[in-house]
Amino acid sequence: MGAAIESEGLTKRFGGTTAVSGLTFSVEEGEVFGFLGPNGAGKTTTVRMLACLVSKTSGRATICGRSIDDKREQPEIRRSVGLLPENVGLYEELSAYANLDFFGKMYDCPDAKRREGMERLLKALGVWERRDQLTGTFSKGMKQKVAIARALLHDPQVVFLDEPTANLDPESAKTTRDFILELKKEGRTVFLNTHNLDEAQRLCDRIAILKTSLVAVGSPGELRASLWGRKTVLHLVKATQAAAAAVRGLGFEKVAEVGGDRLVVDVADPDADNPAIVEAVVRAGGEVRFVTELRPTLEDVYLRLVRKAEGAP
Amino acid sequence: MRLSKAWILTRKEFAVFRRKKYILYSLIALPLLLSLLLPATVFFSGAASEMSRAELGQILSSEVMIFVMLAAILPTVIGAYSIIGEKVEKSLEPLLATPATDGELLLGKSLAAFVPSVGATYAAIALFTGFVDANTSSRFGYVLFPDWSTAVVVFLTVPLACLFSVQFSVIVSSRVNDIRAAQQLGGLVVIPLVGIYAVAEAGVVSLDPFGLLVISAILLAADAALTVLSRRTFRREEILTRWK
Repeated sequence: MGAAIESEGLTKRFGGTTAVSGLTFSVEEGEVFGFLGPNGAGKTTTVRMLACLVSKTSGRATICGRSIDDKREQPEIRRSVGLLPENVGLYEELSAYANLDFFGKMYDCPDAKRREGMERLLKALGVWERRDQLTGTFSKGMKQKVAIARALLHDPQVVFLDEPTANLDPESAKTTRDFILELKKEGRTVFLNTHNLDEAQRLCDRIAILKTSLVAVGSPGELRASLWGRKTVLHLVKATQAAAAAVRGLGFEKVAEVGGDRLVVDVADPDADNPAIVEAVVRAGGEVRFVTELRPTLEDVYLRLVRKAEGAP
Repeated sequence: MRLSKAWILTRKEFAVFRRKKYILYSLIALPLLLSLLLPATVFFSGAASEMSRAELGQILSSEVMIFVMLAAILPTVIGAYSIIGEKVEKSLEPLLATPATDGELLLGKSLAAFVPSVGATYAAIALFTGFVDANTSSRFGYVLFPDWSTAVVVFLTVPLACLFSVQFSVIVSSRVNDIRAAQQLGGLVVIPLVGIYAVAEAGVVSLDPFGLLVISAILLAADAALTVLSRRTFRREEILTRWK
């Protein structure tokens, strides 16, 4: 599989203000790529550049191999991209069906394919029964579902979702997240702008943290490991000095006793290191109840990286 | 640029307008009022009986110019909603994300304001001329309308004035965020036309076919200039980043 999105040094300035600076990253086909960042970090501007809605100031980017700079390619890029903006922006005086029908025509979907697509998507999102009602009468969750259907109706290869679960009730948010996972199963590339770290952790293969420029890119696990390394926690009946010394004796220098019943060990590769550690502790008389990995949350990772980017100590 | 793509947008706009009562009322009430009230004030004021045929004919003929103003007013109501309504409801971004070109989007929006405005104006002119002819043909011994002046107004001045107003509305819409403010600013477009009407009523210029052709030529030049300006204003990036 190749790269669905490639960006190299992508920069956007509005007058004297730099909205986005020097973004270099790539998103593989079929990947769910999370874009995290505080308000004003440049997430929406990045999506708008990639969707050919605003021009870049410098750098280059391609969508499905097509350059966003090439004016002749831009309509084709827009056709290959589905966009769910932060504000759903439905025509509230039109029904859900009429909204989709209009956008399907604007994307040049043939009649039969458009009708089939509208039925499939509205049924999948649970809006089919209300398809003839004006979207102005819909709840936020229902509007969001119609907007998701609109973004997918023309069968795009790349889908940009800007805060897709913001302001949704838990049930609608879950439906939306499940649908994003379905998109991944279908092999679509999903570019997910979100503030919701839990959502990013659950859905994304890789995450980029943005604060005007890229702060970090990697899988949630890689980002955690890059900041904290990996830590094995041995839950013991009683944490003893002898057990800690036995672990240090294996060459693991960072060993901490916590709460009198745990040993926290910095490891390079838990799969390879844990059996030896457990064996050494047992030989030193330690009674191991169970072993876990200490996992800082994505929120910890995010906050540390963003504060670092802001220059905090 | 594909007209078919622009027409898809225009038809969507019509579907939205059908749900907007104030747009419907504007398209019906104002033309109806002008087409019947204007001649009625002349016929039923009592002054008509004291006028010569030539005087009465001149007054009624010059009133056709009112419909040029009508053609300029109606797009300010529709055009302002068509663009600012989308800005307010934040539905522009999904529309701009479609493969339609900037020109197709502008044409679609412009047609949505142009077609009903010209249609309503034509209906009003038909009603006006029919009403006048019904009330004057026995006295004059011939029908006053249609005449050459009306033909120039219908086929040139009305569409050109309407186009002028549509393009002006696009430009105004890029600078304000409020539909009513846009409509009020758009209303400025009528001022030169009111001036022409006032000058004609005062007898300074004649609204004969030649005079109307001159007015149409000026409108055509103004339309060309405004079209270039509105085309520069109506660009995706401008709309998303610089429009208020």
